[in-house]
Amino acid sequence: MTFTARHLLGLEGMSREEILYILDTATSFREISEREIKKVPTLRGKTVIGFFYEASTRTRMSFEIAAKRMSADFISLSAGGSSVSKGETLLDTARNLAAMRPDGIILRHPSAGAPHFLAQRVDCPIINAGDGAHEHPTQALLDLLTIREHRGTLDGLKIAIVGDILHSRVARSNLHALRALGAEVRLVGPPTLLPRELRAWAEVTHDLAEGVRDTDVVMTLRIQRERQGANFFPSLDEYARYFCLTQSALRGAKPGVLIMHPGPINRGIEIASDVADGPYSVIMEQVTNGVALRMAVLFLLINRSREADMPEIEAAPEPALHRKAG
Amino acid sequence: MNEGRVQQRQERNGRERIVMDGQAVERALTRIAHEILERNKGTEGLVLVGVRSRGVYIADRLRARIAAIEKVDLPSGIIDITLYRDDLSRARQQPTIKGTDIRFPIDDRRVLLVDDVLYTGRTVRAALDALMDFGRPQNVQLVVLIDRGHRELPIRADFVGKNLPTAVNELVQVRLTESDGRDEVAIAQSAE
Repeated sequence: MTFTARHLLGLEGMSREEILYILDTATSFREISEREIKKVPTLRGKTVIGFFYEASTRTRMSFEIAAKRMSADFISLSAGGSSVSKGETLLDTARNLAAMRPDGIILRHPSAGAPHFLAQRVDCPIINAGDGAHEHPTQALLDLLTIREHRGTLDGLKIAIVGDILHSRVARSNLHALRALGAEVRLVGPPTLLPRELRAWAEVTHDLAEGVRDTDVVMTLRIQRERQGANFFPSLDEYARYFCLTQSALRGAKPGVLIMHPGPINRGIEIASDVADGPYSVIMEQVTNGVALRMAVLFLLINRSREADMPEIEAAPEPALHRKAG
Repeated sequence: MNEGRVQQRQERNGRERIVMDGQAVERALTRIAHEILERNKGTEGLVLVGVRSRGVYIADRLRARIAAIEKVDLPSGIIDITLYRDDLSRARQQPTIKGTDIRFPIDDRRVLLVDDVLYTGRTVRAALDALMDFGRPQNVQLVVLIDRGHRELPIRADFVGKNLPTAVNELVQVRLTESDGRDEVAIAQSAE
C-alpha cells in the first residue's frame, strides 16, 4: 500500500485501503504512549502549527501531545490571540505562517472548506481538525480505531449515530469512513437536525429506541448549543426526553454495545451520566486512541521529503535497501 | 519492504550465488547459542530483542536452542527501528510500521540484540537508540547471522554466523523459512 496523500482534508472519497493503512499505523504507535519515555525521534526538526479558529480542548491537546511524542515542535495559535482579531484574512494569516516554513498546518475553522481553500494556496501539508459542519477526519478515524480494537473489524457492524447530525462534522466524517469499511450506518435524531439528503447514504429514523435496536455501536453527538441560532427543538428538556441515551433506551441494542461520544459531553442532554460512565462506554479509550491516531497522521503526512512528491526517476538509487541490510 | 524489488532485480540479472544453505544456517545458529551461553556463563539476566523482521525469527530460534540446552526460556522482544531511522525523510515511500513490542524491563539486563545482516551499522545505531528509550541495560551484545563489512559507524558484532566479504554493489539476502519458505543466504550482483 502506498500512501500518497499530501493533506488530510476529509474522509469523503478515501479508500478502504487508505483508511486501514492509517489505522494500522496508528495501532503500532499506541505502544509509545505506554512507555516510560514517551517520545520517539521520528519528527525531530519538524515544525507543526496548530491553528485553531474555534475553541478546542481534546483535539488541540491531542495533536500537540501527538506532535511532541514524535519529537516535532508544535506551535499553537488561536484566533483570539492572533492578528485575526485585527481583521487579517484566513489566507493572509496562512500565507504568513507558511512563509515561516512549517512542515504542517493543522486547521480548525468555523467555515466548511477552509482547509481545502488553504491546501490549494499554501505550500505545506494541511490537516483538517474540523471545518464547520463539514468534516473532522481525525475524530472519525480515532472512532474507527476504537471500534476495530473492540470488534476486530468494521465489516457488517450496525452503527447508530444519534443526535445533532445537521451541525455535526463528526457525523459526516464517520458516515463516509464507516461505509468505506463496510459498516451499516443508521442516523437518529429529530427531523429538524437530520438533513434529508443523508437518506441516500444511511438509514434514517426519528425514534431513539428503534434507532439503537440491534446495534453494535451507538455514537452520541453533542448538542451544539453555540450553533443553535434558530430553534431546532422547543427546549433542551424536551430534546433530552426523546433523544437522551439512557440505560432504558439502550435495551434493544446488542449485548456489549459500545457507547461512544466525541466530547465534550452535555450530561443529561444527549447522554445520561450512568451510560457515559457505564461499563460499555469507550469514551476515554477514544481520547487515548486519538493521540496514537494523530501521531500516525503526522507521521504519514509530514515525514516526507519534497522529492517524494516528485515523479519517480528511472535510475533513482535505492538507499533504503542498503540501509535495511545494515 | 524491499523484498519485491530485490526479487525483481535477481530475475533481471539471473546471477545469484548461494553462500549458506539451510544446514549451514542451522549449524551457525547452534554455534552462536553455545557461544552466547559460554561467554555469558549461563543465562543470568539475558534477554533477546530481535530487529524486525528477520532478526525476530533468528531471535526466536536462538531462544528455542537456549531453552533446549539450558532449560531456560529467555524473555524475548521485538524492536521496529523505523521510527529511529536516519534516512526516513529521504525515503520515497513510507515504510509500513509494525511496532515495537518489549514487555519486560531491560534495566540492568544483558540484552542480546539480534539482526540478520550487519552492513553499514546504521540499523544497529537506530536499534540501540530505540533500546535506550526502554531503559538502561547492563550491556548490549550484538548477534548477526551475516557480517558483510562496509561499516559506516563504529559498530561491531559480538556473535557472527558468517563473515561474508562483499563488494558494495552486491546484495546479500538472508532467507528464512518463517518469511521466505526456506533457509539460505545468497549474494547477487546489483544492477547498478
